[in-house]
Amino acid sequence: MAVLLLAEVTDGALALDATAKAVTAAAKLGDVTVLAAGASAAAAGEEAAKIAGVAKVLVAEDASLGHRLAEPTAALIASLASDYEHIVAPATTDAKNVLPRVAALLDVMVISDVSGVVDGNTFERPIYAGNAVQTVKSNDAKKVISFRTSTFDAAGDGGSASVETISAAENPGLSEWVEDKVAASDRPELTSAGVVVSGGRGVGSEEDFKLIEGLADKLGAAVGASRAAVDSGYAPNDWQVGQTGKVVAPELYVAIGISGAIQHLAGMKDSKIIVAINKDEEAPIFQVADYGLVADLFDAVPELMEKL
Amino acid sequence: MKVLVPVKRVIDYNVKVRVKADGSGVDLANVKMSMNPFDEIAVEEAIRLKEAGKADEIVVVSIGVKQAQETLRTALAMGADRAILVVAADDVHTDIEPLAVAKILAKVVEEEQPGLVLAGKQAIDNDMNATGQMLSALLGWSQGTFASELDIDGDNAVVTREVDGGLQTIKVKMPAIVTVDLRLNEPRYASLPNIMKAKKKPLDEKTADDYGVDVSPRLEIISTTEPAARAAGIIVGSVDELVGKLKEAGAV
Repeated sequence: MAVLLLAEVTDGALALDATAKAVTAAAKLGDVTVLAAGASAAAAGEEAAKIAGVAKVLVAEDASLGHRLAEPTAALIASLASDYEHIVAPATTDAKNVLPRVAALLDVMVISDVSGVVDGNTFERPIYAGNAVQTVKSNDAKKVISFRTSTFDAAGDGGSASVETISAAENPGLSEWVEDKVAASDRPELTSAGVVVSGGRGVGSEEDFKLIEGLADKLGAAVGASRAAVDSGYAPNDWQVGQTGKVVAPELYVAIGISGAIQHLAGMKDSKIIVAINKDEEAPIFQVADYGLVADLFDAVPELMEKL
Repeated sequence: MKVLVPVKRVIDYNVKVRVKADGSGVDLANVKMSMNPFDEIAVEEAIRLKEAGKADEIVVVSIGVKQAQETLRTALAMGADRAILVVAADDVHTDIEPLAVAKILAKVVEEEQPGLVLAGKQAIDNDMNATGQMLSALLGWSQGTFASELDIDGDNAVVTREVDGGLQTIKVKMPAIVTVDLRLNEPRYASLPNIMKAKKKPLDEKTADDYGVDVSPRLEIISTTEPAARAAGIIVGSVDELVGKLKEAGAV
């Protein structure tokens, strides 16, 4: 049976990494049709057509789809649903906004943040902030699923899927976009970065978080933060790594002044190499770190920057 | 305007979760339970709307086991006016799925006719992040999810949303469903006098059958297991040693 995959398209550009990882997961379920929707989405659709394993691309361009508002996007997907058994997307904030709405329109349950595919009906997903992994079997005729991208490898290129243009569904006109405040940054995107440097409550203030940012820039890394650091106002929420924030799996993850609450570990434990710097030698972060350094971060981080 | 706030009884945020050895689920017997932290933020926001003169009544509703009335009393002690408990399960280990919860909430909305539903963005037990969006679909209402700011302005609500890469601001038509994220506010603690007063506030008890909603699960739970453990590494003695190890591993 066929799979419809909602590509991650932001202002006309395809988020290739997230979409290609979802393609890998979706390919286990059947032939993958990618839906690229947006005010402009043709270029994103052309790019998605080159992902290996994509059988077909649908491009829907309409002003109403411009900022991935949930209502028109969900209406479009629901209108296409009859041809597909699985409707999937990478588990981004956009998809989490849209997919449950799609599922309810189809009278099926949504299965969020799937980390493993057992078979076409059976999936693994973390629950309780990653403290447990649940295997669930869907008894619904259609399965609506978001995939936790950090647990799947990105599909390669070399595909040559056909591209078809479709029209948008009727816009219910319930909401309108006002503005985006995207942090202007030359740093890599957090969920696809090769290196992530994160700070926790131990950093102590928004000002001192500059130290974390400095190390990140030195390493060409994205900046992350623990929920404690976000709650304390040291860092913006879109930097939050953890079950209630972003899930990352970089080559190198550097945790500074982070104690290692389970909800944070759930967001980074699939990283290839984990470095922890914390002055509390009992901090649980050391139990998952490949290299731990028990030190005051205000001494260790400047020294590290100097010596790297 | 009436504001409806659904709240869920979940394992307390600070309690270490234990997976049962037989793989049947997470042990919830004799464990401290509390209001889902995101729902506390939703209750707080509703109270602030009332304090600002933008809401006149706050109705809290919980769907689950009978014990959820403790959670409702907490919301009443914070400042909600009235509560509805919908008993839909007997066993504390039974989790009513977001689709069924949304269907019951849709019926409650029909009866209560609120101008706004404020909900937590996700429950910290099943982490599904779905109920608000599903309710919005069932009612054909607008949705503003993951809110970090909310401004009600007559027939519209301006919602600033926490999204990947930053913030998005949208304007939604009322009535609306707004789901709340961490930074929207800091919930208050209930004072002792308010806890006493809350005991006298009205709490209606209903069942899922009263609303004619089938709550049988769509997802069959096959097993619940501990996540794979990561092997601990080594403690290095100095920054120099750390840099050396990282270079050896080809990480820098």
